[in-house]
Amino acid sequence: MKKTLKTPIPDADLADIKIGDVIYLDGIIVTCRDVAHRRLIELGRELPVDLNGLAIFHAGPIVKKNPDGTYQMVSIGPTTSMRMERFEKEFVRQTGVKLLVGKGGMAEETEEACKTYKALHCVFPGGCAVLAATEVEEIERVEWLDLGMPESLWVNRVKGFGPLIVSIDAEGNNLFKKNKVIFNKRKDEVYASISEKVKFIK
Amino acid sequence: MIDIEKFTEVIAKFLAMSGKILPDDITAKLEALSAAETIPLAKSVYESMLKNQKMAAELNRPSCQDTGVINFFVTAGEHYPDLGKIAPALKEAVRRATVQAPLRHNTVAIFDEKNDGTNVGERAPFIHWDIMPDSDTLRVETYMAGGGCSLPGRAITLMPSAGYEGIVKYVLDTMVDWGINACPPLLVGIGIAGSVENASLLSKKAILRPLGSRNPNPKGAEMELLLEKGLNDIGLGPQGVSGTASVMGVHIESAARHPSTISVGINVGCWAHRRGCIVLDKDMNYEILSHKGARL
Repeated sequence: MKKTLKTPIPDADLADIKIGDVIYLDGIIVTCRDVAHRRLIELGRELPVDLNGLAIFHAGPIVKKNPDGTYQMVSIGPTTSMRMERFEKEFVRQTGVKLLVGKGGMAEETEEACKTYKALHCVFPGGCAVLAATEVEEIERVEWLDLGMPESLWVNRVKGFGPLIVSIDAEGNNLFKKNKVIFNKRKDEVYASISEKVKFIK
Repeated sequence: MIDIEKFTEVIAKFLAMSGKILPDDITAKLEALSAAETIPLAKSVYESMLKNQKMAAELNRPSCQDTGVINFFVTAGEHYPDLGKIAPALKEAVRRATVQAPLRHNTVAIFDEKNDGTNVGERAPFIHWDIMPDSDTLRVETYMAGGGCSLPGRAITLMPSAGYEGIVKYVLDTMVDWGINACPPLLVGIGIAGSVENASLLSKKAILRPLGSRNPNPKGAEMELLLEKGLNDIGLGPQGVSGTASVMGVHIESAARHPSTISVGINVGCWAHRRGCIVLDKDMNYEILSHKGARL
């Protein structure tokens, strides 16, 4: 059964979603990445979009301007979420955003934000930018265009947006952190076996 | 005299195409990895990737939104004419492809921190030159260096006491710490030399080689295979969600080192490895080596 969240997302809808689940989104997702985070948290500028109950996408799209002044989403995939880790806890607290979408994992601050303020971090498969663009029904508006195409806040209405792989759930469990423990253990074994075979300096 | 306008148009179209369709060897590898994957979540990620590439071709759109900062590796035949006109034409080709493809606006000016939306700027596109003796052709390799797969890039100079074991450790650590974010399965490029800038350049050249080509030194080839198997045994999986593979391949390029140093450079290509290779003669007849049968 396909699980779809709809914005505005009530906390209750997040309760039975666990790391590793695949979900989809209907509603509003706003692109928000490095400089937008810095402006809100470090420079104290008010975001021009009210994100309460909505989703943000760590992404910088390719957008085409139509002759009538509207915009078409050409290609939009996730960027590395970890770059936003420094700001994310405070960002979630201040905005009330419920869904953070990007790629790769995030760390302790975001885990804590997801647990305390009830939110999820999800991964949209990286590089799958045409797939994502075709799930955007309309770009409703754009803010902070002075930041350039990748960094602007693109307000997208989406339908069946996904697959979104849950990487941090509302209990603060972290899929990538768990995986990394396993990867590191295997890494030590791999190192031990390879290092014996590359002693070329004799 | 070469027809520089025609050259510019060919490169602009080639760049646009290379952002939409992956090279033949990469496509074949992704299909093979997808077929071999047994973990359901990982398999579904591969399915999204293959579906995305199909849609990108059908809709004629850049398959990944991050079309990178464009790098050119030009190998000029000794007898190729008008070489002084090539660099400005490559810059103009990027300007045109940015509008025609379209490409994402990616060049941010250093210090002034402005993005003027053209994808050209100070040393952008970045152009590397080589000379091929006894040749009258021009070989242009294109690479869209995306942010995600540029992020793990690093280099270090080790002491000889660290040995090649130190290289192995540096590569494994980098891949587990940073590879997950770089859109695996990755193509891992390693440069080994006597200083960091030599090692770094070689690591990028390594990922421009056809997938699965081997280092000419048998020990180098063996080390590539050991690292490939070792990284796959770690099982990062597509997008780092864990799976049966981590990499599409490992390529090593090398240059003689100083007795006191072993420098290592690492560059990775993401699964959407948008590399192109086109060879032109002086009449602008061309052959595309990376995408057989592609039309511009």
